[in-house]
Amino acid sequence: MCMTHAEPHQKQRLAFALWGPRTASLLVLLFLGLILEVLVASGIADPSIVAAPSEMLMSLERLFTKDNLGAAFLITLAQALSATFLAMLIGLPLGWTLFRYEVLGRAYRGWLAAMFAAPLVLLYPLFLVIIGRNYGTTITMGVITGSIPVALYTCEALHKVSPTLLKVGAAFNLTARQTFTLIQVPAAVPDAFTGIRLGLIYSLVNIIGIEFLIDFGGLGRVVSTMFFRYDIPGMYAAIFFIILISLLFLTVLKKVERWLRPV
Amino acid sequence: MTATLEVRNVSKTFESDNGDRIQALAPANLGVKQGEFLSIIGPSGCGKSTLFNIIGGMIPPDSGEVIVNGVSVSGPHKDIGMVFQEESTFPWRTVLDNVAFSLEVAGMEKKERLEKARHFVELVGLTGFEHHFPHQLSGGMRQRTAIARTLASEPRILLMDEPFGALDEQTRLLLGDKLLKICDALKQTTMLITHNITEAVQLSDRVAVMSYRPGTIMRTIDIELPRPRDSELISTDKFAGYVGRIWEDLRMEADRGMKAAGEA
Repeated sequence: MCMTHAEPHQKQRLAFALWGPRTASLLVLLFLGLILEVLVASGIADPSIVAAPSEMLMSLERLFTKDNLGAAFLITLAQALSATFLAMLIGLPLGWTLFRYEVLGRAYRGWLAAMFAAPLVLLYPLFLVIIGRNYGTTITMGVITGSIPVALYTCEALHKVSPTLLKVGAAFNLTARQTFTLIQVPAAVPDAFTGIRLGLIYSLVNIIGIEFLIDFGGLGRVVSTMFFRYDIPGMYAAIFFIILISLLFLTVLKKVERWLRPV
Repeated sequence: MTATLEVRNVSKTFESDNGDRIQALAPANLGVKQGEFLSIIGPSGCGKSTLFNIIGGMIPPDSGEVIVNGVSVSGPHKDIGMVFQEESTFPWRTVLDNVAFSLEVAGMEKKERLEKARHFVELVGLTGFEHHFPHQLSGGMRQRTAIARTLASEPRILLMDEPFGALDEQTRLLLGDKLLKICDALKQTTMLITHNITEAVQLSDRVAVMSYRPGTIMRTIDIELPRPRDSELISTDKFAGYVGRIWEDLRMEADRGMKAAGEA
């Protein structure tokens, strides 16, 4: 009897724990949107600076139909994925090298950490001159910013592999190659993936930023176009869309990370 | 009967970061016969784990040798299977895949190795948990997985370093029962490193008592309790007698260890 009462109660608690925070954050967004709507409608907020949320949402449809927002998204996505792929090609072996050769690790990990914290986006004029106003520049900027976290986290992940697991490998007489492929790599995957996730996000952010600055490519170019057209609702709609895409990226990557690290 | 495993005059000295030399093991001698269960017991810091690592080939001795079936060995050896005190299951592998690990490394066909792994999973009482990952298991179940993984490689000698050290007393006793059944079923030659007197008496045919640093074998005591055994034995007078005898030997050494730790 008790169980029949307890079970629905337990389910309710679980559902609240899952949906409660999401509903609360959505309600805050709706509330802030409503306030902004009222401020713009009443003239307190200048509509030439801030777009009313309703207008911004209506502009989204126009961005898709007339300004090819869908295609722009695909262009940016393709660039971000290419840059991340190249960042992995550079960052994973670099991280392994810094782990494998301790002297190199001690010499250059600090450099990489400093570069990770630096606004590398400021290097874009250099590549603009060397490569030109094309995808080469945007992807190169994505690769540079993406490969640093990949290398740092790969090195860190390999350092964190439990010595006991390595002793298990030694006890089973594993060769160095077997130890690497059967123990070090799978043990390092969850932490190394954190670097790949950050690499992808850094690439995406930098690519969109450069697209905006050089008025070229995908999503960043759409924001830039709206800005130069002085289409304020369109510009906010494009920014809103970029935020949605970033959230989607983050959610998918977090799910993959959780799958890789179930503990 | 000749010893399956023999430790002859093995010694080890370590150098600390500040250059001090610490003799962990004075020349130690020990033999384990075929099918025998021998426990090594000693106070903390007596060099039990150093001896474990030397026998398992993880570190080389400064002098002496480890002999397996009459052959002097150096480095890890296929006839010695090791179970570690710390968490050692592979978190990315299921119980079955963990147990099949050594068979996979040996190049056994997938179907054959999984079949064989299932046998060892059953042996350690984890049937029904084959497809669970280590994080879904209790500490005791994870250690049983590690034991099954080592047993699957069919070592002549099973070498264990406080495998139940991180578990509570009740789980430790129950797992001791399980281990007794496994060793009886496989007639497995086993060497257990422990600091738990009850565990040593419950499981062993012989208990070797080590002195505090530099560690050496002070005495070996034959445990003449009937087999098959289980944890009910611990309430008997004979069991208590063995525990008392070992503690008598250990107390002074443990006291030395505590004093040394206090001075350090």
